[in-house]
Amino acid sequence: MGRRVLVTGLGSFWGGRLAQALENDPSVELIVGLDTTDPTVKLERTEFVRADQGYSILSRIVRATRVDTILHTFLVVDSTSMSGRPLHENNVIGTMNLLAAAGAPDSSVRHLVVKSSTLVYGATHRDPTWFREDMTRTGAARTRVERSLLEVESYLRDFAEDSPHVTVAILRFANVLGTDIVNPISKALSLPLVPSIFGFDPLLQFVEEDDVIRALEFVMRTDLSGIYNVAGDGRLPWSEVATMAGKRQIFMPPLLTGLSAAPLTRLGLVELPDEVIDLLRYGRGVDNSRLKRAGFDYRFTSAGAVDSFRKGYRLRKIGVLDHPQYKYERDVETFFRQSPAVIRPERLS
Amino acid sequence: MPGGRSLGEANRSRALVPLPKPAPDPEPLADPRLGDVDEWGRSERMRAIARRLYDPIYRHWFRAEWDGLDKIPLEGGALLVANHAGAIPSDAPTIMHGVETELGRPVYGLADYLFRAIPVVGTMWARTGGVPAHPDNAYRLLRQQRQLVLVFPEGTRGTGKLFKDRYQLRRFGRGGFVEIAMRAGVPIVPIAVVGAEEAMPTLWKSPTAAKLTRLPYFPLTANMLAFGPLLGPFVYFPAKFKLKVLDPVTMDVAPDQDRYSRSHIMDVSEGIRQSLQEALLGMLADRSSVWFG
Repeated sequence: MGRRVLVTGLGSFWGGRLAQALENDPSVELIVGLDTTDPTVKLERTEFVRADQGYSILSRIVRATRVDTILHTFLVVDSTSMSGRPLHENNVIGTMNLLAAAGAPDSSVRHLVVKSSTLVYGATHRDPTWFREDMTRTGAARTRVERSLLEVESYLRDFAEDSPHVTVAILRFANVLGTDIVNPISKALSLPLVPSIFGFDPLLQFVEEDDVIRALEFVMRTDLSGIYNVAGDGRLPWSEVATMAGKRQIFMPPLLTGLSAAPLTRLGLVELPDEVIDLLRYGRGVDNSRLKRAGFDYRFTSAGAVDSFRKGYRLRKIGVLDHPQYKYERDVETFFRQSPAVIRPERLS
Repeated sequence: MPGGRSLGEANRSRALVPLPKPAPDPEPLADPRLGDVDEWGRSERMRAIARRLYDPIYRHWFRAEWDGLDKIPLEGGALLVANHAGAIPSDAPTIMHGVETELGRPVYGLADYLFRAIPVVGTMWARTGGVPAHPDNAYRLLRQQRQLVLVFPEGTRGTGKLFKDRYQLRRFGRGGFVEIAMRAGVPIVPIAVVGAEEAMPTLWKSPTAAKLTRLPYFPLTANMLAFGPLLGPFVYFPAKFKLKVLDPVTMDVAPDQDRYSRSHIMDVSEGIRQSLQEALLGMLADRSSVWFG
């Protein structure tokens, strides 16, 4: 019997991508996707279930489908995509419901893979050049997204300790760049002038979007447990990133940076939440050797991820990459999945 | 006959015992970098410019003179430790410049992470070889990258002292530098520096201003009185620099241990402090002039 997988956050960029990748894997027997919003990518055999914000429906789904693996990709790490309270609700309450469902006495769940972020390390001037997984951040978490991720990780650690029969893997992803991903960094690099903080040229580290999916798949397939940093090799200065993207920089004052960025944010010209401003001041590097030692091969370095972004950005600018927008239609999807009229290829089992 | 030939090959022991094929070298990932800034923020291009700018100062202003430069290893990691002096210390750039030009080896200078928080200065400092003094940074540089690392165990206690206390070594902290050298399995090379104290003497300190500016100390230097408040912080007196490399101290413990004996660490630390202090006193006794050596 193959793996029965539940993907949370199916409507997100990562959930959808991951489900698409899993659909090609014959050893995965069942994929159930859960989200508050409709999927944004075309899926062949993934079953989609709509959930409320707190994911209270989770325990019923887990019991009914008897999934053995949960891929938890719905943690929001981009605070510009969701405001404070819903973000907390989504990350913390959602994870608590997920753990309650996975930890129930008769639960079939044996593997839990969580997509977290290197935001848990923060960015201050006291940081080491490379954070290892066992190091803690050097300053208190200032932003809500960082606090929510730290809270989620502490719940996960408790859960891993209380449920020795479940392997729990937490993947902390560095800032992602690639051809398709849209996040505060890629938006900043798409502006005519790239926002920077005067007098600071931080060293940043990136992971390419394909490596994100491959890392999640790899950890699922090898049943790793523990915490792993996922980031491309090397760090490069923000000025070099801007140059690679073919942009010039615009400098914000080093003092009261947040305040000076606020009016521009209000006008919708830039989106620079506090955690991104910290990053643009001090940068962040994480040691990726633990996942490598477990056998994972990266396809891209940090600079490679920037290059991948640059290519995607150039193509998007001339409109080549604009895929026809996929729109989820429940009736259509139900027809293709369940109607006896559809001749489906023999399912591998 | 092909069959016989393969039988003959099979009789050879190598054919019977399949030797593990050497793993094919993994193809190096494409790394389309534009600049040469490394993971520590150091740029050899910037470093070369800094060396070109600093060379006249090193040669003609401070007239730096080395003794025992051959004691610094030409390869492998080593932790250089020196006494620290001057309100804005001139010893760090002098040692880095000297070792890099004379031995052709890069030196990474560890310093208080406070630097990183200062705009422009922090970036320039990182590009020219400065690294925040985090134990993990030092370990990676010494153990994995086998580089020369310069550290001042006195830290701001050394640079913040008044002129009347010159050449009196301060406390060497908790011996963190010794523990790092032990963990990394590298020798410690002490360097005694004479001249930095007189290049920028601190006459008076304002604790209130230090507290307000959140700096470790807020000095009034003789240079500020001589050259004014604008030039004062940047212009040094032309004191003669003499640098003496002492015998390297090797640790007789295995690297990469979880824990090292605290008393052993403190012993080594105190021993290095003593030998540096003695070397300094010896050099001062031989010095006939602050300006001409």
